[in-house]
Amino acid sequence: MVDAKKDLITRLQKNILQWEGYRPSSLATQQSFGLDDIENNFPNKIFPTATVHEMVCENTEQATTCIGFVSALLAVLMQTGGVCLWISLSDNVYPTALKAFGIEPDKIIFVKLSKDKDVLWVMEEALKCVGLVAVIGELSDIDFKQSRRLQLAVEQSRVTGFIMRNKYDKMGSTACAARWQIKPLLSEPIDGLPGLGFPRWQVELLRARNGKPGSWILEWSAGQFRFIKQEILQEQLQNIG
Amino acid sequence: MQKRFMAIWFRHLLTDWFTVRRPEMKDVPFVLVASERNRMIIKAANPIAQAQGIYCGMSAADAKAVTNNLQVFDYLPAKETVLLRQLGLWCIRYTPIVAVDLPDGLILDISGCAHLWGGEHGYLKEIINKLRTSGYDARSAIADTVGLAWAIARYGKITPIIKTGTQVETLFDLPPAALRLESYTLQKLQKLGFTTIKSFIQLPRQVLRRRFGEPFLLKLAQALGLENEQIVALVPPVPYTERVPCLEPVKTVKAIEIAIQKLLEGVCIRLQSEGKGLRKGTLKCYRIDGKMTKVSISTNRGSYSVSHLFKLFELQISKIEPALGIDLFLLEATKVEDIDLVQEKLWTGKPGLHDTALAELLDKLAGKIGANAISRYLPAEHYWPERSIKQASDLEEVPSTKWRIDRPRPLRLLKRPEPVDVMALLPDYPPKVFTYKGKRHTVEKADGPERIEREWWRDKGEHRDYYAVEDTQGQRYWLFRSGHYDAAPQWYLHGFFA
Repeated sequence: MVDAKKDLITRLQKNILQWEGYRPSSLATQQSFGLDDIENNFPNKIFPTATVHEMVCENTEQATTCIGFVSALLAVLMQTGGVCLWISLSDNVYPTALKAFGIEPDKIIFVKLSKDKDVLWVMEEALKCVGLVAVIGELSDIDFKQSRRLQLAVEQSRVTGFIMRNKYDKMGSTACAARWQIKPLLSEPIDGLPGLGFPRWQVELLRARNGKPGSWILEWSAGQFRFIKQEILQEQLQNIG
Repeated sequence: MQKRFMAIWFRHLLTDWFTVRRPEMKDVPFVLVASERNRMIIKAANPIAQAQGIYCGMSAADAKAVTNNLQVFDYLPAKETVLLRQLGLWCIRYTPIVAVDLPDGLILDISGCAHLWGGEHGYLKEIINKLRTSGYDARSAIADTVGLAWAIARYGKITPIIKTGTQVETLFDLPPAALRLESYTLQKLQKLGFTTIKSFIQLPRQVLRRRFGEPFLLKLAQALGLENEQIVALVPPVPYTERVPCLEPVKTVKAIEIAIQKLLEGVCIRLQSEGKGLRKGTLKCYRIDGKMTKVSISTNRGSYSVSHLFKLFELQISKIEPALGIDLFLLEATKVEDIDLVQEKLWTGKPGLHDTALAELLDKLAGKIGANAISRYLPAEHYWPERSIKQASDLEEVPSTKWRIDRPRPLRLLKRPEPVDVMALLPDYPPKVFTYKGKRHTVEKADGPERIEREWWRDKGEHRDYYAVEDTQGQRYWLFRSGHYDAAPQWYLHGFFA
């Protein structure tokens, strides 16, 4: 009896997820982001593609770490040779550096704009276009209505969108599937050698629709993500101390 | 198809223009004069002055003696060229090929145009009436050849429309001046007693050549249609052109949309059947106040899709000012390119730079925000960071060299390096502390230096020594010292690492 009810509830939950746009797409099952621990916090244990992610950047440094994290995800999304559109207000992304994250920089089309309004218009048009795999938009602010429009656009086209917002003091709710904040962390010297180590980030999942928030420490090394567990961190700190 | 030409003759071009500008001169005899060999010579006289015996080439003093109330104004040099050009451009609404015929006429190639106005009669009447209402006294004629149309417009007495194949009979009764001959030849003809063309047209060619020269025979042959005559079009015709004339002037958005849709359907069918795609198009809207507004679109890849091109024009409709109304829409495909139809099928549905949906999206964005805002980068063979990338010219261009990943490069590169205050333990050490935008950063780890030399064959200046540094919060920067460390060098921040 109890088992039957449990079965019914799980089936209902699955249906609800599907109605909310969490279709387990065939593409997503093939692609692996190497983010197992983080993926566990999302429904269906799949990193949600074909939806809009919101990145909160407090300053230029955080905005840059965001680019790093997003680029690593894009590398997986763009594996099939797809093209991505990068809309920004600042126009200072350096394409050469993207290659280090496994992206073909010449497959990215950059759009430089000066107003949030234009960014949103271009982003919505781009998200409707099935010829793209991902759209990245750097803007200052977005409200619920605007994010809803973007979310509706991706539900048709299955494009993945990333919003990088730099106004963070009054954040209302948005229709985005997840809200992230990526902060830079001190890198660990490689084999104790002097100099900079691999980029290390504090990845915070502030909100996830139908999922659980969380916080992880990630390192981008040798072309893949590496989770730094607390124990390792303690050990490393002790080594330094 | 039989060619048909129309010649328009402005009998008083300059004085008519003057009267339009100053209506009070309508009933007064006046002349336009220019100084020639220290005398004021009449260049144009209005009909009233002409009726009193004043003609062009007379001196102003003589003319004043003939009438007592003659008004004299300055003649503007080359004004007739400007006027004829303006009138010619106005005539483009009737035919795409219009040529200026100095000093006082226009030649229109009207082959295949007249039926739009209900035949040649209606066509001619429409043009002459429009010109007369705007104040120009014009005569015109339609014939198979430029020469004959010119002759009939000026010397014709019976009908202005000459049917095909009746050139010879029509020419018979005209004076020799109708053949556009030089005054020297005309005088000779008159001396010999040839007052009509009939009197010499049947003479043997050798005789005519010996007496009057080769140009004379050429003009005669051109009038008869035995020799071809080229006219120089005022505006070179665009091969892919569609036009939609409106019975009533329109000014609503809906009406403009319908016109664009019609134009595009016409052009796209032709483009598709010839395997071409539109790259650049111009929509010209001729308004009833005589002005013309135009909007242009361009595409990344040749397209003959009506719906796509319509979307591009739709974004531009707000830029069209209909004013009192538009009576003619003209669509010109100013740039077309061959498209491979097989390839078209191959690429649809596959993500990538060849995707049609992507090209259409970019066209749309370019229409709204401008093509300059959109860029794609390719690697360039330079070490200097600012020059190591270059803009791709189009979607098809592939990198000619590999992207370099052997050196650390920042994800964000400032367009202009920003000066920072730096403290280093030793002059040639990486910085220990630096201040950027009023904030102090203590450097924890540093890599470098990586020296990048300036390209001396391009510009002068110091080399750069780059350091990748990490501060106590883990934020990573790309700093460089401009020049050597000996004489208080300036430091700059150039980028941010992830």
